[in-house]
Amino acid sequence: MDDVSGLLRPADQSALIDALTARGYTVLAPVRQGDALTVAPVTALDQVARGWTADQTAGTYRLRRRDDARRFATTPAALPWKRVLHPPEAHLWTARDTGNGFEMISKPEPPPKQALLGLLPCDLAAIARQDKVFDNGTFADPVYTGRRENALLIAATCAQAGDTCFCAAMETGPDVRSPCDIALTELDDDAGWLVEARSGKGAEILSGLPLAPVPDTAFTQRDAIAEATAAAQIRTLPADTPGLLHRHLDHPHWQAVADRCLSCGNCTNQCPTCFCSNTEDVTSLDGTIAERRRVWDSCFSLDFTYATGRPLRQSTESRYRQWITHKLSTWHDQFGESGCIGCGRCITWCPVGIDITEEAAALAALEDAAEAAHA
Amino acid sequence: MSTLATPLKGHAPPPEAPHPAAAPDPATDPMVPRPFRIVRVKKELSDTFTFDLVAQDGAPLGFRPGQFNMLYVFGVGEVPISISGDPAVPEVLVHTTRAVGTVTRAMWAMKAGATIGIRGPFGSAWPVETARGGDVVVVAGGIGLAPLRPLIHTLLNQRESFNRVMILYGARTPEDILYKTEVRAWRGRFDVSAQVTVDRATGGWSGPVGVVTRLINAGGFDAPSTTAFVCGPEVMMRAACDALTRKGVARGKVWLSMERNMKCALGFCGHCQWGGAFVCKDGPVFNYAAVADRLPVAEY
Repeated sequence: MDDVSGLLRPADQSALIDALTARGYTVLAPVRQGDALTVAPVTALDQVARGWTADQTAGTYRLRRRDDARRFATTPAALPWKRVLHPPEAHLWTARDTGNGFEMISKPEPPPKQALLGLLPCDLAAIARQDKVFDNGTFADPVYTGRRENALLIAATCAQAGDTCFCAAMETGPDVRSPCDIALTELDDDAGWLVEARSGKGAEILSGLPLAPVPDTAFTQRDAIAEATAAAQIRTLPADTPGLLHRHLDHPHWQAVADRCLSCGNCTNQCPTCFCSNTEDVTSLDGTIAERRRVWDSCFSLDFTYATGRPLRQSTESRYRQWITHKLSTWHDQFGESGCIGCGRCITWCPVGIDITEEAAALAALEDAAEAAHA
Repeated sequence: MSTLATPLKGHAPPPEAPHPAAAPDPATDPMVPRPFRIVRVKKELSDTFTFDLVAQDGAPLGFRPGQFNMLYVFGVGEVPISISGDPAVPEVLVHTTRAVGTVTRAMWAMKAGATIGIRGPFGSAWPVETARGGDVVVVAGGIGLAPLRPLIHTLLNQRESFNRVMILYGARTPEDILYKTEVRAWRGRFDVSAQVTVDRATGGWSGPVGVVTRLINAGGFDAPSTTAFVCGPEVMMRAACDALTRKGVARGKVWLSMERNMKCALGFCGHCQWGGAFVCKDGPVFNYAAVADRLPVAEY
């Protein structure tokens, strides 16, 4: 059942969106909004960005016309897909004062049914990372897992490396590697989409579409596209980055980063795996109804961590160290893999262009130099 | 996650409340607090108080010593507080708290009869069973005695299972000694060595003055067979763990309890991360051997 595949010719591609809509999905896809490519609900194929990409370097993002008609060669979207499954604000519950205590009177609305069309492999890998966070073996988060179970994931082979991309180094792309429902490849010369079912849900949808036979060269083309995207990437991480960071928690280099870091939290908002949240308790004007909400939070906030009523990470260097160490080192301790999927958003969207790969490399170089001096 | 439809008892739902038919169920949704009634309030110190709580649904909250709950004040917020009662008496939930933040100050103003929301119990426990047959040293600093109290209850309930039992407690001043009546009772027992030291003597204090590590250095326990349980400010725990291991207690037999702020206690909010550990579910009780390298790291 899972091995359904075929060619969806340009004239038939609307049928995919129609099939998803008919099954009750809200379809989300890359769209052009102003001078950026973001993710938004679409009801027709012509709303999906076509022939656009974005040039991304440290601290800059520039929309650019492509010289082809690809839709999913966007480079990582300016608004991460994270908000679809882990919303920036979520209602947890509402309680009412009974005059004799309180009682629960509501819970979140049923999770929406959403199809994510055109996920890049890095963003798909990020979802696999968050799956482990929000269903950690002891507890399952009702908000995330409800949305996740209702979601349909359609990922696209990545045909465009940005300057800040390093998925190949993180082994999350540019081919579709992580679990999804449908893998999609835009074949060259607008010949159509190679679609491959990766789950029973995906196969059920594909089997209802007007699929043409897979051209002989399609799989070779798919692999060649991914290889070219990988070859265009210039960034990587040092060998044994988890150990490197663990060895240098007190390194003076953190101060050198802190001299530039604004502690603004852009990187954590943009990062598709960053999951931290805060809760807000809100009451009605008469105080009889209390609501609890969850909102995104950032380890760059001064009061993110405190003990005995005092902020624990008072210096910017300690907060930057916390973020990079969690992302690249202690995430391995927690979940057996890196918390970084190589999308490069933290580099692009850092107002001062701090580069996670450069900072790790700088630390490795300082370690090498120190060892050479002792030898 | 279940969506139990609990009918509202005799009340029309207020217009602000969405989805009145789907009331969340604390038994299956880990985000949802259970209402508990405060049956007794005891002011312990100038800023520290103890609540005795009973579940409004009558179901006792079983726990292991060292675990904690999330305490919710209606409309104000939620804080993690360790459980301080006797695990053998789960019908009454006991929490000792210091008023230091918005939520705990709101709790300070609450009286018997009021309602508190409870989620829990959460986290790792003091591994009492691993201490059987040997000496036990309990080291507490300040309000760090509160998370150790269920452990002490268990040690005394099962006193014959252990060899020597020492309780070493450091407080700032004699006025800051928590659970004074019980501390006196422990000091009065022939089968417990309970010693109290203060940083600064006041009034007619005739006991030791100085940090609690001095009591460790004075010995009186058989280091190779000793299991130690430590809780207090981080700087005190670092010194105490160091003193215990220098006396010859194995790192793997020293246990400590960490404090961090938490929003969920379920491993989702990220606030309590300490290195690779989520203090809420991997802790709060940690083995010293596993965390000795991160304990001295500043602002970590």
